[in-house]
Amino acid sequence: MLKDITIGQYFPGDSILHRLDPRAKLIAVFLYIVALFVNSSWLANAVMLILTIILMAVSGIPPRHILRGLRPMLFIILLTGILNLFFTKGTPVLPGWIITWEGISQTIKMMLRITMLIIGTFLLTYTTSPMQITDGLEYLLSPLKRLHVPVHELTLIMSMALRFIPTLIEETDKIMSAQKSRGADFETGGLVQRAKALIPVLVPLFVSSFRRADELAVAMESRCYHGGEGRTRMHELVYTRRDIVAICLAVALLGLLIILR
Amino acid sequence: MAEIITENLEHRYGAGTPFEHVAIRNVSLRFAPGEMVFLAGHTGSGKSTFIQHLNALLAPTAGRVLLDGEDINRSKASRRDTRRKVGLVFQYPEYQLFEETVRKDIAFGPRNMGLSEAEIDERVSEAADFAGVGEEQFDRSPLELSGGQKRRIAIAGVMAMRPSVLILDEPTAGLDPRGSRLLMENLRTYREKTGATLLIVSHSMEDAARYAGRIVVFREGEVCLDGTPAEVFAHPETVYEAGLVLPKTAEIARLLKQQGIPVDNPAYTRELLLEAICRAAGLQA
Ligand SMILES: Nc1ncnc2c1ncn2[C@@H]1O[C@H](COP(=O)(O)OP(=O)(O)O)[C@@H](O)[C@H]1O
Ligand SMILES: [Mg+2]
Repeated sequence: MLKDITIGQYFPGDSILHRLDPRAKLIAVFLYIVALFVNSSWLANAVMLILTIILMAVSGIPPRHILRGLRPMLFIILLTGILNLFFTKGTPVLPGWIITWEGISQTIKMMLRITMLIIGTFLLTYTTSPMQITDGLEYLLSPLKRLHVPVHELTLIMSMALRFIPTLIEETDKIMSAQKSRGADFETGGLVQRAKALIPVLVPLFVSSFRRADELAVAMESRCYHGGEGRTRMHELVYTRRDIVAICLAVALLGLLIILR
Repeated sequence: MAEIITENLEHRYGAGTPFEHVAIRNVSLRFAPGEMVFLAGHTGSGKSTFIQHLNALLAPTAGRVLLDGEDINRSKASRRDTRRKVGLVFQYPEYQLFEETVRKDIAFGPRNMGLSEAEIDERVSEAADFAGVGEEQFDRSPLELSGGQKRRIAIAGVMAMRPSVLILDEPTAGLDPRGSRLLMENLRTYREKTGATLLIVSHSMEDAARYAGRIVVFREGEVCLDGTPAEVFAHPETVYEAGLVLPKTAEIARLLKQQGIPVDNPAYTRELLLEAICRAAGLQA
């Protein structure tokens, strides 16, 4: 079922990662990703690996769950690995072979780093609700408002989209089931036939999405929503000491890896 | 005609994830051909989950569903076959209409069955008649009709497949009293004329009392009561525990009884209540 797609979906909890300010987490993840790519030595990879494992342990999210989330990404990880394996120049493993020692080490490092990249971003989305993420983004991007970038509107659109994805998936599931009951067949036939079979699903889905958008607009207006100007928040984001510490640690890590280069 | 049997049916949503949830367990029921059964229960008691097993939209995580003695989940073909014999109308089916005209929408099911145009036309007219969709609506767009009309069109769309078993999930939810009464009458007529088995999910104990030959009550994923209306309403405590209420007349009879007035049967219709009161009055007079 479509419903079973839960890549990176928020996993409620009360770990230190959950309690960090979303802005601190966004900044830290950004630095973490940069750190992954500024230094490609084995030492740097080892440091990042240990850090990632510590973060996973601290997050309180079952490792099994994180690994399951990785599964859909396996293809990308493997593809990158294979490309590196065959297209890195250097000393051949055996005379005449295309595979080189450099290629092997490059492949391992690359796959490791991509895996860590995915785990790092997952740890953000697993421990931060979509609402918090968009709130954090709005704060962080608010300087752009001076340049007339509609930051509030953009993050509002993003949080609504995130909010309605599960609803839409549920609705799609339901309409597909209903049409299957009327003999619709989504599983057999060629590409064209399958695409055509989706019409009975897409039409009701569009109709109800428009209806829902309408209802949402009315609901927002009847609560006097009038855009971001002068709007106060229910949950003000406040940096606490641990957020400062987290950001400092991330900066220090990045600095260390740059120095070690 | 079709007989449905479920054997120790269990369904877990999200098996193997942290969100695992057992929606139904141990449901063993038999639906004889031509029965009119009401499935009742509190929201979340597993009714919708249960009925989706009967036409193989959901596969049980344990147990089996037999249609005329054969497991419906044995192959892809058997699942498709089952969907033709067991028609399922979802809750709020009006949101699944998609064709340009009412006629085309009702014809969607029969067309998927590969019938001839003449046969399709015949079935569309027949089903529209059963579901109370007037011919004058045939060439209109379903989207411009009222909610109640849309619902009838959606029901006709399933009836047009001439299923031996017709299942409806809360068909009267959100309809006005007259609309829901008319729909129930339509459904009763449908069953009388076609001899189909009718399974209706409903919260309305009034409707159940009036139309059901049998009532099955779900509670937290299990069947807690199963019998004729008289048998079911003879267990008011269990009915209340399942989050339901008695029909008003049965409620009145119960109150009278608590006041020491000897009304004996579970008076679940007006006629029965009247009779019981007369009898009690006659005794006292
Ligand atoms: N697609 C689904 N995924 C996960 N849980 C579900 C799903 N559908 C229903 N449930 C859960 O299963 C239980 C039974 O639901 P349902 O069969 O819809 O009950 P009813 O129709 O009696 O209201 C509920 O607790 C509900 O939350
Ligand atoms: Mg339901």
